Amino acid sequence: MTRYRAAPAATLRIVLLDVLTLVYHRASGITHVVDSPVPEMIEVLGGVPLTLDETLAALAAVHDLIDPDRNALAARLDELVAAGLVEAV
Amino acid sequence: MRHSTQLRIGPVGFRVGSDWRAPVALLDDLYRDYPPPQDDIPDFNVRLFAARFWRRWLRPSVQIGGDFVIPDAAPLPLAQGLLAAEMAMNLQMALGQRRYLLLHASAVERDGKALLMTGESGAGKSTLAALLMTRGWRLLGDEFVLLDPAAGMVHGFPRLISLKNEAIGVIEREAKGGRWGPLLEGTPKGAIRHLVPDVRSIAAMEQPATPALVLFPSFGFEGAEREVFPSECFVRLTQASTNYVTLGEAGFDALTGLVRGLPARAIDYPDTKTAIATVERLWGELA
Repeated sequence: MTRYRAAPAATLRIVLLDVLTLVYHRASGITHVVDSPVPEMIEVLGGVPLTLDETLAALAAVHDLIDPDRNALAARLDELVAAGLVEAV
Repeated sequence: MRHSTQLRIGPVGFRVGSDWRAPVALLDDLYRDYPPPQDDIPDFNVRLFAARFWRRWLRPSVQIGGDFVIPDAAPLPLAQGLLAAEMAMNLQMALGQRRYLLLHASAVERDGKALLMTGESGAGKSTLAALLMTRGWRLLGDEFVLLDPAAGMVHGFPRLISLKNEAIGVIEREAKGGRWGPLLEGTPKGAIRHLVPDVRSIAAMEQPATPALVLFPSFGFEGAEREVFPSECFVRLTQASTNYVTLGEAGFDALTGLVRGLPARAIDYPDTKTAIATVERLWGELA
């Protein structure tokens, strides 16, 4: 089963501005302008690698998820993997 | 090259070489109060040359060259040689500047604090900067603002102020005693005339300023204003920067440092009188 973890913290510069957050990815030199739940996802995936369900549970534990949607989370994770901000292991 | 001159604008030194005397003579006259490059070593070289040798004399046309070039730059007639020189210097900055984060913006200074104005071509950046200069502000530049990634200060780049079409008449009425270049008609951007920044702006051009307010002006609309949040300001300024990507993490640090805590407003204005009143009011409230 696929597990996910955030790119190593040393490769990311994360700056919360207002409603949006900036993530500078040192490995690619690309600046990502992201909204919730991306910063929260990077945060919960900063430790041991988690499965999709574990990621959803971890997000629900620390944030009020209005509409927990497994498929939407999977799509967001795939985008983050493609961007290099999250690794699939 | 046959003719050449050297000059420094803000912290940036240029050497301009030319196949013809006229553009260099004009630069020497209009930039006569500017210092030479630091230690006489220019940062950038600019070349104005004839693409074919007979083009020096027969319908002479000026090709732009230098340390950094774009392959498809169209030549300009010799009568627009000054414009070619200015474009070529801008091109070196846009493509080659690495020491500063380059923002396509105009800026003026008062009490050591800088007002930055950025927007699309035609938004009125140059016009507003020139008008504010005539009202006692120090001109930092009408085209580029140089943000020092280490200190967060903005350095001026007070080249000749490039005024286009209707703006020429507006500023001719306001800048009494101003020194002007020739009226260049039929350029790719219509009529252009260059105004020399006032003596004070040139004399103080090495003094950086602390960014205090960013405005995103739009000309031609009913007067309106709205707050621009740091994230939108960040995105718009990355779009206004020619070297944000090139500078990498230093650019990220410089720009996030700039937008955090810096007030920003988008202002629409129907005429320059309204714009100046809005700028002065916002400066009083925010900067």
